[in-house]
Amino acid sequence: MHKIIRKDALTPEIKLYIVEANLIATKVQPGQFVILRLHEEGERIPLTVADFDREKGTITLIVAEIGKTTRELGTLNEGDGILDLVGPLGKATHVEKFGTVACVGGGIGVAPVYPIARALKEAGNRVVSIIGARCKDILILEKEMEAASTEMYVTTDDGSYGIHGFVTQQMEKLIGDGYKFDFAVGIGPVPMMKAFAGVTVKHNIKSVVSLNPIMVDGTGMCGVCRVDVDGKTKFACVDGPEFDAHLVDYDLLLSRQTTYCAEEKQSMDRYEKCNGDCCKH
Amino acid sequence: MSENKPRRKGSEPREEMPRQDPKVRRNNFDEVALGYSAEQAVAEAQRCLNCKKPFCVGGCPVGIDIPGFVTAIAEGDFDRAALTLKERNALPAICGRVCPQEDQCEKYCVLGKKWEPLAIGRLERFASDWETKQGKMNLPEIAPPTGRKVGIVGSGPAGLTVAADLAMLGHGVTIFEALHAPGGVLVYGIPEFRLPKSIVAREVEFIEKLGVKVEVNFVVGATRTIDELMKDEGYDAIFIATGAGLPYFMNIPGENLNGVYSANEFLTRSNLMKAYRFPSYDTPIKVGKKVAVVGGGNVAMDSVRTAMRLGAEDVYCVYRRSRAEMPAREEEIENALEEEMILKELHNPIRIIGDEKGWVKQMECIKMELGEPDASGRRRPVPIEGSEFLIDVDVAVIAIGQGPNPLVPSTTPGLETNKWGNILADDETGLTSLEGVYAGGDIVTGAATVILAMGAGRKAANAIHEYLKTK
Repeated sequence: MHKIIRKDALTPEIKLYIVEANLIATKVQPGQFVILRLHEEGERIPLTVADFDREKGTITLIVAEIGKTTRELGTLNEGDGILDLVGPLGKATHVEKFGTVACVGGGIGVAPVYPIARALKEAGNRVVSIIGARCKDILILEKEMEAASTEMYVTTDDGSYGIHGFVTQQMEKLIGDGYKFDFAVGIGPVPMMKAFAGVTVKHNIKSVVSLNPIMVDGTGMCGVCRVDVDGKTKFACVDGPEFDAHLVDYDLLLSRQTTYCAEEKQSMDRYEKCNGDCCKH
Repeated sequence: MSENKPRRKGSEPREEMPRQDPKVRRNNFDEVALGYSAEQAVAEAQRCLNCKKPFCVGGCPVGIDIPGFVTAIAEGDFDRAALTLKERNALPAICGRVCPQEDQCEKYCVLGKKWEPLAIGRLERFASDWETKQGKMNLPEIAPPTGRKVGIVGSGPAGLTVAADLAMLGHGVTIFEALHAPGGVLVYGIPEFRLPKSIVAREVEFIEKLGVKVEVNFVVGATRTIDELMKDEGYDAIFIATGAGLPYFMNIPGENLNGVYSANEFLTRSNLMKAYRFPSYDTPIKVGKKVAVVGGGNVAMDSVRTAMRLGAEDVYCVYRRSRAEMPAREEEIENALEEEMILKELHNPIRIIGDEKGWVKQMECIKMELGEPDASGRRRPVPIEGSEFLIDVDVAVIAIGQGPNPLVPSTTPGLETNKWGNILADDETGLTSLEGVYAGGDIVTGAATVILAMGAGRKAANAIHEYLKTK
């Protein structure tokens, strides 16, 4: 059982949890993720690790409430426990001194970008970060990303805060202004990562994205997380989750992510109807 | 027991195993085979000839004293039968259900020469189920603590066997299991209707009572590497038993469409995550009306029969050779056929076709005929030109085999594997290319059986015990 030490609502539907997980906290690197299961009837879901404290033996998970499990997690409080947490899974981000790097985070994607940006800065890179959200109320980790970056730009789709536009548009603008990026990382919803790849391909920038397919075991045993990279099938949980942004079949990923839409709705409707009573643990 | 009935003769037919009616059982996940009654068990045990040279024992990968436990049953001493079993087999309730006895002990039974072999497997199941029903869990004697630490990677049959053997010899044993529940293929692979999970839980409980620690949610190769376990955590020896945890795909077009599962995924959702109870259990699974399972082994049969129970109307088994070549247990093929599996033997899928939404719609197959034997001795299937045709399917399950998961070998420098990724280990001792590191089960042999994994575990445990004496 992993105790929740701290819980903060960053936005109405994005919550931050600091969770006891000593084995994971002492080993995890930026770019890696964990698999979580709330209780005996729960499903296994992947969550990237947004931060970690090796001394205290805790990890930080930042979770957008998009389905039954994340919603149910949101009802847990400090002192409550998560039944299963396993990790660290996936290959860590390859961090080196590239020179000038772009760290681009969209929506909830800012959470996994944060430890990567921090590590890249610690490695001596000039870190230019671009973070964005649909509107001001759902922007996260602005202060943290500021501290982890050399320069930072904030965008909102509706212009309610910062620069009016998409993160990818801002990246194009910076390149147009003369920025030369030696490496770029882009994480966010799949359409955003696809657009990000479009920009980096055009300007021949070496870049990676972090893919978020459906997962079950997370150790390469089941194959549900298979993605198409450069025409070959890869398992995001062991070969990734990061891949060369230019080689990913984003449309296939988007399609595969919809496999259980009907069941997700059914589960959520059932959960909302019983107000969580049928799932009390 | 019935003292007045005349003793059964070996020449008489074996006792029938009561089973659920096929039409009923196709719709539930309860055990298909219901088990012998006490009367049946005694009657069947009496058929045993008590041969001077019991050939059956040699056919058992873990060397169970078969005449010993069978005689005990014939005498009505079921407790003694269970204890005799436990001396050589830590998981008798499991083996009694899933062992291919027809290829092992029963194959060598002298009765089988002229009549039907003794139903050794069914008797094993009876004796261990009897012990469970009594609510007892007799523990064997445990040697005094040796102070040595052994780490076991994987809580499947090989890992559990090594754990039990070494714990009884007094060593400090910890099993590291990647999933959230122990049992390995016993929980994620073999369905509830063949092997109830409560039985697996009970066997694991027995092993824990022997002093074994089971740490779930610990992925060796990710959470910690073998080097870290040995150098930083003080483990004197490691046994790698990670099984066949890599799904094989056919690499045909359309295999990444929505609705195409590896058998590992399909079965893990149903068995481990209990997707058959969605939405009370949160993990979903798709079946639709028509399912095609590709493959002819036990995993394919399990997938076929699981699909039926999940509500599929037409479930095809698409196999490129003929029924006679199918590696699955004959009993499971028969069970599946009784449950109305549509067997498409001598058929090979060449591509999977999707609809505009990226979902499986059809499977294109080509008919095959058997040509000359290949390296495995089985006749090679050869496609018949121009015989392509389409089957409508909603879901496809690829059950063509499972290979070695590369996570442990790739994170353990110096651990040698063959070109397919199986760990190289000595046949008799399980010793790998690294001192103090042993391996056994499917990770070494490729996908095989529970009992063979246990046999490998038994040998490795002996070797590890000898090695630890030298440290």
